[in-house]
Amino acid sequence: MPQYFSRSANSFARFTILGAVCVLVAVCWLGYLIVRSPYEMMQNVPREQPVPFSHEHHVGGLGIDCRYCHTTVEKSSFANIPATKICMNCHSQMWATSPMLEPVRESYRTGKSIEWTRVNDLPEFVYFDHSIHVNHGVGCATCHGRVDKMPLTWQAAPLTMEWCLNCHRHPERYVRPRDQVFSMDYTPPPNQIALGKRLVSEYHIQSLTSCSTCHR
Amino acid sequence: MRIFSAVAMFSLLLFLAGCRQDMHDQPKYKPLGESRFFADGRDARPIPPGTIARDELNDNDSFHTGAANGEFLDAIPLKVDLNLLHRGQERFNIFCSPCHGRTGDGNGMVAQRGVKIPADFHTDRLRSVPPGYIYQVIKNGYGAMGDYGDQIPVNDRWAIVAYVKALQLSRDATLNDVPTARRAQLSGGNQPPLLGAPR
Ligand code: HEC
Ligand code: HEC
Ligand code: HEC
Ligand code: HEC
Ligand code: HEC
Ligand code: HEC
Repeated sequence: MPQYFSRSANSFARFTILGAVCVLVAVCWLGYLIVRSPYEMMQNVPREQPVPFSHEHHVGGLGIDCRYCHTTVEKSSFANIPATKICMNCHSQMWATSPMLEPVRESYRTGKSIEWTRVNDLPEFVYFDHSIHVNHGVGCATCHGRVDKMPLTWQAAPLTMEWCLNCHRHPERYVRPRDQVFSMDYTPPPNQIALGKRLVSEYHIQSLTSCSTCHR
Repeated sequence: MRIFSAVAMFSLLLFLAGCRQDMHDQPKYKPLGESRFFADGRDARPIPPGTIARDELNDNDSFHTGAANGEFLDAIPLKVDLNLLHRGQERFNIFCSPCHGRTGDGNGMVAQRGVKIPADFHTDRLRSVPPGYIYQVIKNGYGAMGDYGDQIPVNDRWAIVAYVKALQLSRDATLNDVPTARRAQLSGGNQPPLLGAPR
């Protein structure tokens, strides 16, 4: 019986096996990339809100400080979402009949909460604390981006474990002087590493990378 | 053989069923979160009327009310030093300047967008009010101005009062009010300013 396959078919077969393995790895890698992609993490996607609240107008335009609304950000783990009353400080007189603000007025009348859509959302097995970051010279903009340019709020950072650890391993690359934490247009100086090293020792910043720092 | 590998591949797919979000979204309460238990859907419970937080039983305490024996305090019940003024400046710029402006003449950004702020801290009437009165405006509000009792803790309220008083004094201060050692700064010396430029 004549041979159906030439000898070269052998190496072809071996090559296909190798190919199959490669394809499998590539598929897994692709899956990983998709799961970690900004799309899946909903990074940079402006979220619909019950009231089209704009940081661009209130922070960029009016220059209101973050702490006017996010009152507990310096003292507690939670930054606070402002109570309806805080909006009404101004909007009882300003845009007081605008239909855009009807949910705010309704909430004020009835005492029902406005249901904001969460933008930055860590899984619930992760512990995060605002006060420690803010008091150690990590600026809002480092993690939340240029909030003052957001007509609707979006998530600016990937919020993966890799991202947190990158800073916890090298805090000197990111820390800034404490009085610049709330400033949106601070740009790191060219000698950031030198400045960062000085601040890290001045503020007694440790490199916290043990698992129980964030998983507790 | 072919069937075997097809079955194997499909059973691999079953692992995907393990990708659930149970650990990501646990049924625990986080601040200002949602609750399916309480009728109003909030996990943060409204404070029952009459509740007094620890250290806040302060009905008769002039430090908390700004008044004693029916009179507004005419002195700030804290040590007024540069630290307090710095704190006051920072808090004033956060909470008051959007309406009253950085210098207190009622010309903040909100006023510039069309809401009149009929209060100028540099009128004779407001210059002569006692500190306890300003404290009480912050705590309880005044006329069209909402109260800031929830946003600003007691010590910070007094710090703001101190800073408002400093703003008022600075309006018509003369060279003689400046300590001799500091006068050089006024003529453009390069010492850092006493109260830093507003941030
Ligand atoms: C006038 C009040 C106000 C001020 C001032 C303000 N915010 Fe907000 N902020 C809100 C409200 C209301 C929301 C909820 C709606 C939303 O997500 O847009 C919010 C949401 C956010 C969120 C997203 C929260 C989430 O769901 O994850 C971030 C981040 C944020 N603010 C950062 C800032 C920073 C940084 C500043 C200062 C530069 C600032 N905000 C100033 C009112 C304010
Ligand atoms: C310190 C005063 C102040 C506070 C507090 C405030 N606003 Fe405003 N808001 C304004 C002003 C002034 C404008 C008009 C903006 C402009 O002309 O640029 C405005 C405009 C708006 C608009 C109209 C659309 C837009 O962005 O121009 C919405 C919606 C709004 N605010 C929602 C809110 C909500 C929700 C809150 C509470 C979290 C809030 N505001 C708190 C002063 C305030
Ligand atoms: C180290 C990074 C980091 C810094 C710095 C930071 N944030 Fe956040 N912020 C986060 C993360 C992460 C979340 C999501 C927390 C969660 O899901 O529990 C968040 C959530 C928020 C929220 C939603 C409410 C909450 O607490 O969950 C607000 C509002 C907010 N940040 C405002 C601010 C403001 C204002 C500043 C600056 C003073 C700031 N953040 C600084 C990382 C940061
Ligand atoms: C840009 C820098 C930066 C990023 C990003 C960052 N951190 Fe941190 N983190 C710090 C610094 C600085 C400290 C203070 C270290 C110290 O106290 O020595 C800190 C401290 C902490 C602590 C310690 C709190 C305590 O009470 O001990 C926790 C928890 C934490 N970070 C969680 C996170 C998580 C979770 C993320 C990601 C969502 C994150 N951090 C992202 C800089 C960062
Ligand atoms: C600086 C904070 C921080 C530290 C330290 C840290 N983690 Fe994480 N970890 C996170 C965050 C944030 C996430 C959520 C990431 C996400 O949503 O993709 C996470 C997620 C995880 C997950 C779940 C992954 C998934 O896809 O669901 C595991 C497992 C984990 N961490 C293990 C560890 C171990 C083991 C250590 C110690 C070597 C550790 N972590 C240290 C912040 C941290
Ligand atoms: C949302 C805008 C707004 C903010 C923010 C604000 N105020 Fe006012 N304030 C007003 C208005 C409007 C009046 C005039 C009220 C009236 O005459 O009905 C006023 C009046 C006053 C008066 C004068 C009372 C009198 O007897 O005439 C004082 C004092 C005062 N405010 C102090 C403060 C202090 C201190 C802060 C910061 C903690 C502050 N205000 C923040 C709007 C504001």
